[in-house]
Amino acid sequence: MLLDALLLQLGYNASLVAIGATLLGASAGITGTFLFLRKRALVSDAISHATLPGVGVAFLIMVAFGGDGRNLIGLLIGSAVSAGIGLWCLNWLTRNTRLAEDAAIGAVLSVFFGFGVVILTVIQSLGVGRQAGLEGFLLGSTAGMLWNDALIIAAGGAATLLVILLMRRPMTLVAFDPEYASARGISVSQIDMLMMALVMAVTVVGLKVVGLILIVALLIIPPVTARFWTERSDLVVVFAGIAGALAAFIGAALSASAPNLPTGPIIVLVSFALFALSLLFAPNRGVLAAVMRHVRFQRQVHLRQGLLALAQGQVIYEPLTLRLLRRHGLLRADGVATETGVARAAKALRDEHRWALVRADQSLEATAALYDGLREIETVLTDDQIRDLDRRIGTPREVLA
Amino acid sequence: MMGEEFVPLSLTPLLIGICAAVACALPGNFLLLRRQALIGDAISHVVLPGIVVAFLFTGLIAAWPMMLGAAAAALVAVVLIELIRRLGRIEPGAAMGVVFTTMFAGGVLLLEQTDTSSVHLDVEHALYGNLESLIWLDAVGWQSLLDVDALRHLPPELPRMAFTLVGVLLFIGVFWRPLMISTFDESFARTLGVRTTMLGLALVVVSAIAAVAAFDAVGSIIVIAMFICPPAAARMMTNRLEGQVLWSVAFAIVSAIFGYVLAGYGPLWVGAADAVSAAGMIATVSGVLLAIAAVFGPCRHRAGSPAGV
Amino acid sequence: MTVVLARENGISPEQEADAARIANAPLTIRGLTVSYGDKPAVFSVDMTVEAGKMTAIVGPNGAGKSTMLKAALGIVPALSGRVNVFGAALETQRGRIAYVPQRASVDWDFPTRVIDVVMMGLYRELGLLKRITGAHRAAARTCLERVGMADFATRQIGQLSGGQQQRVFLARALAQGADLYVLDEPFAGVDAATEKAIISVLKQLREEGKTVVVVHHDLATVADYFDNVFLINTRKIAEGPVQTAFTAETLQAAYGGRLATAQVDQLGAAAALHTSQVGAT
Repeated sequence: MLLDALLLQLGYNASLVAIGATLLGASAGITGTFLFLRKRALVSDAISHATLPGVGVAFLIMVAFGGDGRNLIGLLIGSAVSAGIGLWCLNWLTRNTRLAEDAAIGAVLSVFFGFGVVILTVIQSLGVGRQAGLEGFLLGSTAGMLWNDALIIAAGGAATLLVILLMRRPMTLVAFDPEYASARGISVSQIDMLMMALVMAVTVVGLKVVGLILIVALLIIPPVTARFWTERSDLVVVFAGIAGALAAFIGAALSASAPNLPTGPIIVLVSFALFALSLLFAPNRGVLAAVMRHVRFQRQVHLRQGLLALAQGQVIYEPLTLRLLRRHGLLRADGVATETGVARAAKALRDEHRWALVRADQSLEATAALYDGLREIETVLTDDQIRDLDRRIGTPREVLA
Repeated sequence: MMGEEFVPLSLTPLLIGICAAVACALPGNFLLLRRQALIGDAISHVVLPGIVVAFLFTGLIAAWPMMLGAAAAALVAVVLIELIRRLGRIEPGAAMGVVFTTMFAGGVLLLEQTDTSSVHLDVEHALYGNLESLIWLDAVGWQSLLDVDALRHLPPELPRMAFTLVGVLLFIGVFWRPLMISTFDESFARTLGVRTTMLGLALVVVSAIAAVAAFDAVGSIIVIAMFICPPAAARMMTNRLEGQVLWSVAFAIVSAIFGYVLAGYGPLWVGAADAVSAAGMIATVSGVLLAIAAVFGPCRHRAGSPAGV
Repeated sequence: MTVVLARENGISPEQEADAARIANAPLTIRGLTVSYGDKPAVFSVDMTVEAGKMTAIVGPNGAGKSTMLKAALGIVPALSGRVNVFGAALETQRGRIAYVPQRASVDWDFPTRVIDVVMMGLYRELGLLKRITGAHRAAARTCLERVGMADFATRQIGQLSGGQQQRVFLARALAQGADLYVLDEPFAGVDAATEKAIISVLKQLREEGKTVVVVHHDLATVADYFDNVFLINTRKIAEGPVQTAFTAETLQAAYGGRLATAQVDQLGAAAALHTSQVGAT
């Protein structure tokens, strides 16, 4: 069943939804990356919650004009309008008052959502039939979706992705280096508006699939996941798109393969699984790698400090330093340095003298900036340079206790 | 309005609404100044998985296990956010977004997978709460306030919420000085010997307790709105922390009263038959108050430069 | 070559001498290493602050000046190292240290008044719940007077200029009534009048027998303002009286190519001149 779903064998609607979700996931991942890199990830949370009153009002208007009220395009237009108003309020609050952006986000989010709930209860009390579909906008529901709706979602996902692909150059420039971008003649504010418009587009298209509470996960989790795998910002965009598409596709397929597996939550959980794997196991930025690096680093620092203290006859107070020196056979149990210890200590101190000369030498300024107490001098200077330094230090001296 | 109608039907929901609003607004002041305003948002999202898991463990729809589950979920969320922020070197907003959406998704999925059709446990309830239903049927009028028998049948949410409010008040009152100092200048607070990390965590825990207790009675919309809107509006009214806290309490009370009354009686005034969601209306009123303060408040503009400039 | 740490009684003369220094100095740092990520910002630094003197901590940007002090005061965690304050553990001596952070480290839009900020300095005395009396308010007001800010007591802090903000921070430190004053870049971006006011307060403190440690970035005024200097660039470069530790040679070692040779010579000459003046008086 799952395999069928993954291979798009579950009927036209389910397949179309899966394709639409995949396109949407890719768009969301990419759009979200721009938000994430500008440190505005949670703006999407305000935008998505701000869609609710629009959905309700659009429904009421369509009913008032004798329509069905559940016309997906009408509802999506309504949600886009109210999301736009929410975004405008958010920007106005941060620009014209002393509120920080996080407070403005929270205010817009809660007030618009609260007002949306008021309108939902109005709709309920009107007793208009078939309003149940509106609750689907909270958590998303693709079960029993009409062919037309599925088509709208697929088309919307494709359109957003197309816009992103067309505009990727200026958007990338603005996200990573706004000053350079404006020097190149790109209007930063226009691109910013385009980004927000894309966030709104992704939100609106995603409403029916994942729901307004969870759509923000599609915009936030894939970029964060991608960030673990590369330091290159253009690659973050690509990886985020892939992570988003993958999560959305697997999620949509899983959800279609069994009952009681709502699409939105499943997509979010798949996305989180990808994130968790990256957090733990990514090379360099992953937690495991970082912990191992830190332990190694701490030992390096202690060992080096211990050697320098030995060479200068200073008192060592740190128990960890003493333990490490003993474990490496540099210090005897009674606190006397071993022969290797003495040799390594002398070398460490000599390197410090060499570094001091490097720092004082203006022609070696670039090299001096590399000093951090741990770097082996042989890795930054040639043998000739080191010999030259040693000549200036003079003949090796005994270090007095 | 006559007491025989007001006391049984409206007095208790109003009081519960006020207590909930104030209990959230108080810590909200500090969260706002610490740039942690969205912690309230995160906490209220993870309440759902908390109560679902508590239900799965106990099989009960009872207040205490659900509140414990919600509180545990809030703690797990806060710890996870910190872990992801520190270990993954991710900015706090994004870390928050990852954690609360995932936990919320988990909650919805669990809810769909378990048979809760026989019990009153659903997403809408978690979001909207049910303030209107917290009525005091044993009351016959104002005189019931002195009637021990009737008092015994008060909705349990009222004493629980009042108790929570007292706890929050005590915390803010006792730790006022270190809270203020560490919010303004954390490094200085540390050199005074204030355990700032512990204090920050305590603030979040107290906020979580307030959120969970309030959520049980009024749903999570009010919780998010009250954490942010009254303190944000109060920020526009004064340049002193004491004043800001008092203003925020006033705004919270006004939101609760007006929101409740508008939700209950507003539709009748315009000729509609049914009341609308009180929780949603309270959040809406708080937003209107914030808008008014943002346009007319005497202290709405920044005075000093932010940190790091 | 003998590197012997243990003698028959287990304590070497170096250890004894160092223990004596640690016991007497207001602040001693031994083997302090602090890192952000995997690069040490401060590496294996030792410092001994002399009592009753004004010490400048000097070094190029990013040399770890502030980081070292923050780690010493327990504001940021250290990777290794031992810190003593008046011969005892830091935690037991909190009441004897007053710390003035960098002005830019706080949000000046915080809803509070000048006098309330100064009252924060009384926290250790007031504790959680002790009532604020007229005497406390008078004490805070006196501190404001000392920095020339008495007229601003009820202003909102956001309305102050940079120099005024810095003076308020100093008044808060004065309110603490400490024995050791640690200031992080107090002269950064302040007007000349403020710089003068601050330095005169610091000199008063020294006359009262207090110890003052200042992270300082203006090489031109080091010789004028301070008794001792501590030069740092990730590692300790030099430590001691300005006359001996603040020389063309040590500056070159600390700043390397970042400081033009002419400038170094000039500063070295200024320090030497100052030394000869001090010697003459």
